[in-house]
Amino acid sequence: MVEKTFTITSAEGVHARPATILVQNASKYNSDINMEYKGKSVNLKSIMGVMSLGVPSGAEIKITADGSDEQDALNSIAETLKKEGLGE
Amino acid sequence: MQTLTGIAASNGIAIAKAYLLEAPELHFTKKAIENAEDEIKRLDQAIETSKSELEKIKEHAKQKLGDEHAEIFSAHLLVLSDPELIQPMHDKISSEKVNAEVALDETANMFITMFENMDNEYMRERAADIRDVTKRVMAHLLGVSFPNPALINEEVIVIAQDLTPSDTAQLNKQFVKGFTTDIGGRTSHSAIMARSLEIPAVVGTKNVTATVSDGDLIIIDGLDGKVIINPSNEERAAYEKRQAEYEEQKAEWAKLKDEATVSADGTHVELVANIGTPEDIEGVIRNGGEGVGLYRTEFLYMGKSSLPTEDEQFDAYKTVLENMGDKPVVVRTLDIGGDKELEYLDLPKEMNPFLGFRAIRFCLENDDVFRTQLRALLRASVYGNLKIMFPMVATIQEFRDAKALLLEEKENLRKKGVEVSDDIEIGIMVEIPSTAVIARQFAKEVDFFSIGTNDLIQYTMAADRMNEKVSYLYQPYHPAILNLVNNVIEAAHAEGKWAGMCGEMAGDPIAIPILLGLGLDEFSMSATSILPARSQIRKLSQAKIAEYKDELLSKGTAEEVVELVNKITE
Repeated sequence: MVEKTFTITSAEGVHARPATILVQNASKYNSDINMEYKGKSVNLKSIMGVMSLGVPSGAEIKITADGSDEQDALNSIAETLKKEGLGE
Repeated sequence: MQTLTGIAASNGIAIAKAYLLEAPELHFTKKAIENAEDEIKRLDQAIETSKSELEKIKEHAKQKLGDEHAEIFSAHLLVLSDPELIQPMHDKISSEKVNAEVALDETANMFITMFENMDNEYMRERAADIRDVTKRVMAHLLGVSFPNPALINEEVIVIAQDLTPSDTAQLNKQFVKGFTTDIGGRTSHSAIMARSLEIPAVVGTKNVTATVSDGDLIIIDGLDGKVIINPSNEERAAYEKRQAEYEEQKAEWAKLKDEATVSADGTHVELVANIGTPEDIEGVIRNGGEGVGLYRTEFLYMGKSSLPTEDEQFDAYKTVLENMGDKPVVVRTLDIGGDKELEYLDLPKEMNPFLGFRAIRFCLENDDVFRTQLRALLRASVYGNLKIMFPMVATIQEFRDAKALLLEEKENLRKKGVEVSDDIEIGIMVEIPSTAVIARQFAKEVDFFSIGTNDLIQYTMAADRMNEKVSYLYQPYHPAILNLVNNVIEAAHAEGKWAGMCGEMAGDPIAIPILLGLGLDEFSMSATSILPARSQIRKLSQAKIAEYKDELLSKGTAEEVVELVNKITE
């Protein structure tokens, strides 16, 4: 299992478009991918799970990936967050 | 054959089959099932069909409305791929041996309840998204059709209780020949959108959805505000003839497309258009508009889950300015509140929204939102002939404050090396009677006025324009309105400024002679009204009407005004 912590920089937090982008990205991988915020963990492939967390701007989140392509998945998510200006 | 009367909201005649745009009845019963695997397959099939529909709608929205509007459908698609939604449904079918309808309903409801109970307005709105997509799946499970305005692919007339701006924006003009609704008035958003889409519409029929069945033959008479259901052959032939005549007249008007708007005695006025989105520019050019007199920027803010970014706005403004070349484009800054709500701003509900926290009042209080728009406008200013106008200005101080913010942002951009035009005129909408009364004082500070008659009339007459019971008080030709309009025009001219009008009244054939006589410089209207107005003005003598100015302004009632206008223009 691999994990990494990010700070959300998108002004709208992880809502709407950022949530859509993250879920679309995570869904491409076989590994189990989770996002943790304030001690609550949800499946990053679930749009409703991600939105239910209500991650605001400035929040610290932890992404964990577990499976055959875990490192690729984590790298790709990190890259997406950065590229879309959502987090770092 | 049956005829309903409503409000003529958009000119023209359309004849086609009815397409009822309403949510279908989704009744189901709980059943025990034998083969869980088959039931899961049936559910997955319904989900797949729904997804492929949503893909099509998304594609359509992308092409017709741009990427932003398509985003909501990406989210809907993800909901239907959500393992946290699908897995519990599968489990329910396997373990409880219930039919797919029950599994879908119970699982979806669990999520809907969860989102509805969140303490954030945006999250609560997501409950509606889940409800929306699961309804679609349910419809497929039950084998009933689910209406998708974006997917209509044969010529129809859309029949609906009401159409929201985003509904209307999804209509494909190629197939949707017209629409009619139960509620709404000439200035409701659906009516304004119909005119910008240039499709005939009759609104406010009260019971068209209850009267019409899917597939009935419908005639929409957007000239007289009539809806004819299953017409006789004679009636249909008569309307086909009128339709042809109307098309012919339109062809006549089209010849004036590149002509200047000059009255019979040589007075030049400007006929410009009201637009809501960059896509409307095509209609403005096609109808010979001499510019844009009102660009309603709130559509950029509507039908979204968050505020538009500075770049999104910049792109829209730049597109409009570039397409209009050196012709003037008057952009109205954010006019939200009143009947135009933005869910994501979570503004408190008000007793009198039209008299409340809206437009410039909201913008001055939330200057971060306002500054973003101003920066986008300033950056776009180098791409054309931009004029900026502030809505709902009630005091000179409000104008000064708004202008100060604009100049501050301009200075900031300059310091960063961003190019900004130096010739941006800054004006105000005149919608509030107090502002019309002291137009003289305003005229010393603003570069121009644009009279917003829809609101000016409702505020002057104290009559809610959404309330059908008091619609008789919505009187554009009332002498009180004409005196206010005259006051604004005289004030502008006394200071060497110009006065325009951007309400529905500016395109009204009875008001046009009056306004011409009062000396209005700019008439901003729906693009489709421009050519008929040009044709009318070319036959009028400005000087002759001006002779009657005092008499017109001293009349006691709107009827007397109309009588005199008819006499003068005979």
